[in-house]
Amino acid sequence: MWTFIHKLGSPPWFFRFSGTLVRWLLPITVILLLVGSIWGLLVAPPDFRQGNSYRIIYIHVPAAVVALAGYYVMAFAGAVSLIWRIKMADVTMRAAAPVGAVLTAIALVTGAIWGKPTWGTWWVWDARITSMLILLFLYLGVVALFEAYENKTAAARACAVLSLVGMVNIPIIYKSVDWWYSLHQPASIKFTGESAIDSSMLYPLLLMIVAFYCLFVVTLLLNMRAELVWSYRESGWLRQLVGDS
Amino acid sequence: MSSDRPLLSLRTVFLRQFLRHGRSIMTSPADVANPLLFFFMVITLFPLGLGPDPARLATLAPGILWVVALLASLMVSAKLFASDFEDGSLEQLALAPYPLAVTALAEVSAHWLATGFLLALVSPLFGLMLGLPEGGLLTLLVSLLLGTICLTIIGALGSALTVNIRRGGLLLSLLIIPLNVPVLIFGTTAVREAVLGGNPESWLALLGGLALGSLVVVPLAIGAALRVSLDS
Amino acid sequence: MLLKATQVAIERGDRKLLSCVDLSVAGGEIWQLVGANGVGKTSLLRGLAGVARLGVTGVILHGSTFLYLGHASALKLGLSAVDNLRWHPASDVTASTSQICESLAAVNLAGYEYRPVGALSAGQQRRVALARLLLSDAPLWLLDEPFTALDVAGCEWLEACVRDHVNAGGAAVFTSHQPSRFGVLQQDLDLGQYVV
Repeated sequence: MWTFIHKLGSPPWFFRFSGTLVRWLLPITVILLLVGSIWGLLVAPPDFRQGNSYRIIYIHVPAAVVALAGYYVMAFAGAVSLIWRIKMADVTMRAAAPVGAVLTAIALVTGAIWGKPTWGTWWVWDARITSMLILLFLYLGVVALFEAYENKTAAARACAVLSLVGMVNIPIIYKSVDWWYSLHQPASIKFTGESAIDSSMLYPLLLMIVAFYCLFVVTLLLNMRAELVWSYRESGWLRQLVGDS
Repeated sequence: MSSDRPLLSLRTVFLRQFLRHGRSIMTSPADVANPLLFFFMVITLFPLGLGPDPARLATLAPGILWVVALLASLMVSAKLFASDFEDGSLEQLALAPYPLAVTALAEVSAHWLATGFLLALVSPLFGLMLGLPEGGLLTLLVSLLLGTICLTIIGALGSALTVNIRRGGLLLSLLIIPLNVPVLIFGTTAVREAVLGGNPESWLALLGGLALGSLVVVPLAIGAALRVSLDS
Repeated sequence: MLLKATQVAIERGDRKLLSCVDLSVAGGEIWQLVGANGVGKTSLLRGLAGVARLGVTGVILHGSTFLYLGHASALKLGLSAVDNLRWHPASDVTASTSQICESLAAVNLAGYEYRPVGALSAGQQRRVALARLLLSDAPLWLLDEPFTALDVAGCEWLEACVRDHVNAGGAAVFTSHQPSRFGVLQQDLDLGQYVV
């Protein structure tokens, strides 16, 4: 176990390991996404109130779930980078930020599209959508801070500090937005939360969530590999590896 | 030689740094007055933009007052560590045998007294101008007293992270506005509850909790962020 | 030994500036870091002091407390010279007013004690910063471009001050573009040889 973690910290070893991992995980992700989409969009029964428009949850919910988890991945990598000064943790953190931001944006856009048939308007200040929007701001802050520093090692450290503070704050933000919404909730667009979802709709949703987690990991790994190629463009081990394959 | 000399207690260090920074702030009274003027002027814009209807202004007043206070605090926080960074004081603080979190917290405290504290003190006056019912004035004062502690200390973190970045001002807002969301929600809700005759204490307690929590956690992050800024 | 640096390497971001710098400073020594602009004199001095830690590798041991005076003077322009010198967190000095006034008189600033430092000229501000040398009891001085902005008399005063300090068993490491001011007393560390 410890040797494995130790090895993860070594860029050449990680580069080779992640290459193998991606080779296996990428087809699995594609298959999961395909099966989940077909199941959710074509096979699952329509909702008795929302008809077919609810089917966007098969994109919206997984994106939202993984976007939030992505922030924790980023902040955890940031903590590791601050405490143990491991280069690979820096790389993980900076690779996770854009992926998470894109997932959050997907969740927001699909949420808005879903809102049109459901509430009759593109944008509603619903608790969950508002929280997602603030999560997007948190992600954008990390990305912008990283870009603003010229010295990229310092940038990674600054982003680690920021994302850690953000991580502590996220539960407070989510809770406060929840309270805020329940105090102001207008009666006309009352949204009845999760009513019990039928298993015929739930299983494809769970499958899609798993698929999005895999997608996150694959994109993260590819992003990290690209980052490594750029950082070690001068070093011998990379040339050797690239030359081999 | 001097290496045998015992270190000062952290309380003494805090106090000395607090006094030094406070005295330095006092030498430029205009810098202290500017956020208050900003507060005043932006408050004036709202009746001009929304119309003078007292009933409507009164319902919007808690939100307006809090948002403007947040913006005023944001603007002054941007420069909290700027002069320390430019004149080299920060290097000296970083070399000191005392935690940067403590010395930074001393500066943040002095800064809060000169900005957030004063903003909170004058806020009932602006509340009256916007027609905020009298029942909400005291809650407005207390909520801003507690809230500006959070706003200032989070702003200080933003300042510490961006102090070495050219044109960091706009970036700073991007970094700290999302972090300030809970403070804004708790603060405005407390004032609204007080106006409606409800129970603002629980919201004020939440604000107090946030203030205490950020006083404990954020200075450590500020210390780390200042080191990063010195390193880059 | 007041300072021992072994195999120190300095990088800024992706760029490697210096590598394998060895320096050991004992009491009674004066070291001048020399080299062309941009070679990394200030970066090395900041690394030796511990101001910047990122990108500094190698072993740096401090055998004593030290006083670091950077390029920026660490003075608050709104405060008077006396207030500026009263509390100095890095060297942990708490000087009495009479000590401060003495030191200001020594740098030829008698009569300026209670003026805001911002109202003084650049050279005078430099002198206020250098007055810290007299208030500190740290045996090792790390000075970044200490002669900048000083007039001839000021340079001579600083030279004498460093000589006295070294004769009393202290040591100084400084960066400067001026040719060796201390003659046989000083040793040069040419950074050109460590450039990567």
